[in-house]
Amino acid sequence: MGVCRDGAENRLEEWGKLKMIQVEHLTKTFRVAKRRAGFRSAFRALWSRQYEEIRALDDISFTIRDGEMVGYMGPNGAGKSSTIKVLSGILTPEGGTCRVNGRIPWKERKEHVKHIGVVFGQRSQLWWDVPVMDSFFLLKDIYSVPDAVFRETCTELTELLSLEEILKTPARQLSLGQRMRCEIAASLLHRPDILFLDEPTIGLDAVSKLAVREFIKKLNHEHKTTVILTTHDMQDIEALASRIILIGKGRVLMDGTLSDVRACAKDAGASLDEMAAALYRAYEV
Amino acid sequence: MKKYWAFFRMRFINGLQYRAAAWAGVVTQFVWGFMELFLFDAFYRADPSAFPMDQQALASYIWLQQAFFAMFTSWQWENELFDSIASGNVAYELCRPVSIYNMWFTRSVARRLSRAALRCLPVLLVASLLPTPYGMGLPDGPEAFAGFLISMVLGLLLVSAFSMLVYMSAFYTISSQGIRIVATNLMDFLCGAIIPLPFLPDAAQGILALLPFASMNNAPFRIYGGDIGGMEMAYTIGLQVFWTVVLVAVGKWMEQRVKQKIVVQGG
Repeated sequence: MGVCRDGAENRLEEWGKLKMIQVEHLTKTFRVAKRRAGFRSAFRALWSRQYEEIRALDDISFTIRDGEMVGYMGPNGAGKSSTIKVLSGILTPEGGTCRVNGRIPWKERKEHVKHIGVVFGQRSQLWWDVPVMDSFFLLKDIYSVPDAVFRETCTELTELLSLEEILKTPARQLSLGQRMRCEIAASLLHRPDILFLDEPTIGLDAVSKLAVREFIKKLNHEHKTTVILTTHDMQDIEALASRIILIGKGRVLMDGTLSDVRACAKDAGASLDEMAAALYRAYEV
Repeated sequence: MKKYWAFFRMRFINGLQYRAAAWAGVVTQFVWGFMELFLFDAFYRADPSAFPMDQQALASYIWLQQAFFAMFTSWQWENELFDSIASGNVAYELCRPVSIYNMWFTRSVARRLSRAALRCLPVLLVASLLPTPYGMGLPDGPEAFAGFLISMVLGLLLVSAFSMLVYMSAFYTISSQGIRIVATNLMDFLCGAIIPLPFLPDAAQGILALLPFASMNNAPFRIYGGDIGGMEMAYTIGLQVFWTVVLVAVGKWMEQRVKQKIVVQGG
């Protein structure tokens, strides 16, 4: 009996190892100051301010296994970015737990972030005035990447993302597409197990988009990097995500595949965007 | 440690990029230096007995202040940090395996040093060629010079520790402008950047000398000229250490609090 239970526990443990990310009942609220437009309201707000509590995350739970590519989908303000921020250790939630690679992100922030890479599509991590390569060297030191590993990673990333020409250029003189490719490379220099991509293709032209998608696919395939992707671009989702988690108003509404999304659209000939819109309408988010 | 060194190097190189700003700074420093010299010279002529400092020590004080202006001035804020907090770009800094406090502290020190490195030499050179008692004098003995160097380092650390309090407060206020303006003016006046502290009323001096501001540029510049010496020098340096430790502790405590309740702006 004892032996049997040990075996079961071992298996459970093994399975636990495969679970890269485990999120349980996560909640986070923000207090937002609100007032009506106009002079009188602005004046009144000087004395008494009205706050509204926004539940950015309302009892979110899901599990993501090692090597999965998950599209995290939802309308604007659904709580996608907030989830990414919690998972990357930036935000401390009010309730619920979450373990990434066995660690609680906001409690063991420094250890945790060594193993993750994050790309915020709307922000930049490159130093503006110096060549991109200088930023890379700084990141190398920040993450204490050994020389040999760094050289190898750099060569690989340079080739896959065609960075050769642009690494010597100051970040401020890069086009958005060039910069985004550098941003993605910058997030991978320390070879993270998990990559969070928060709208990585926003504002990119078709060629850059395809290049980025192709790269992410290859990364997942060759390095078994777990990828979590938030985007509004349904084609990103179609190209990359083997699994889709749909959230709205801070709740998980659906956890399935693209075909589940398709099933929601009544019209068979609907475009991807129309399907997404139908889905959002169906869930009233 | 290597991380912070790398960070220091990066910020330092960045700071060396702006040559035109450095030259403009040097010119400004000369204008200010001469203006102050003439002003205090007029005071001295009116009544030498009421002059609280040795005239040569004062001239050294003024030139040191001009030479190391960028190192100690209150308004050497890292505006990028304020911007990153207001816009939410700070998200990237928060997902690095380093302490925000240490990283920004390093950054503040590097910025001040790199700016001062470009500006101090021409000012010191020209000032040392001026005739006594208007030029930059030699230090008041080897002891004073050693004390000056130690005190400079401590002053720089203390100014950075004070700036950190202002950076951390930006997490609470979103627009940090108000705090920045108050901090800048308080510091300028209380650390002796506008008028050297010995020229302030005696009653005020007793209190001012104890405040952290007096441990910034006031301490090393007066040690250099011998205005503070002997036991008083040891006491002054001790006070600098005390305030640096206290302000760093408060800043680190704020960092912990901020992490708990941080709100990263923008989606």
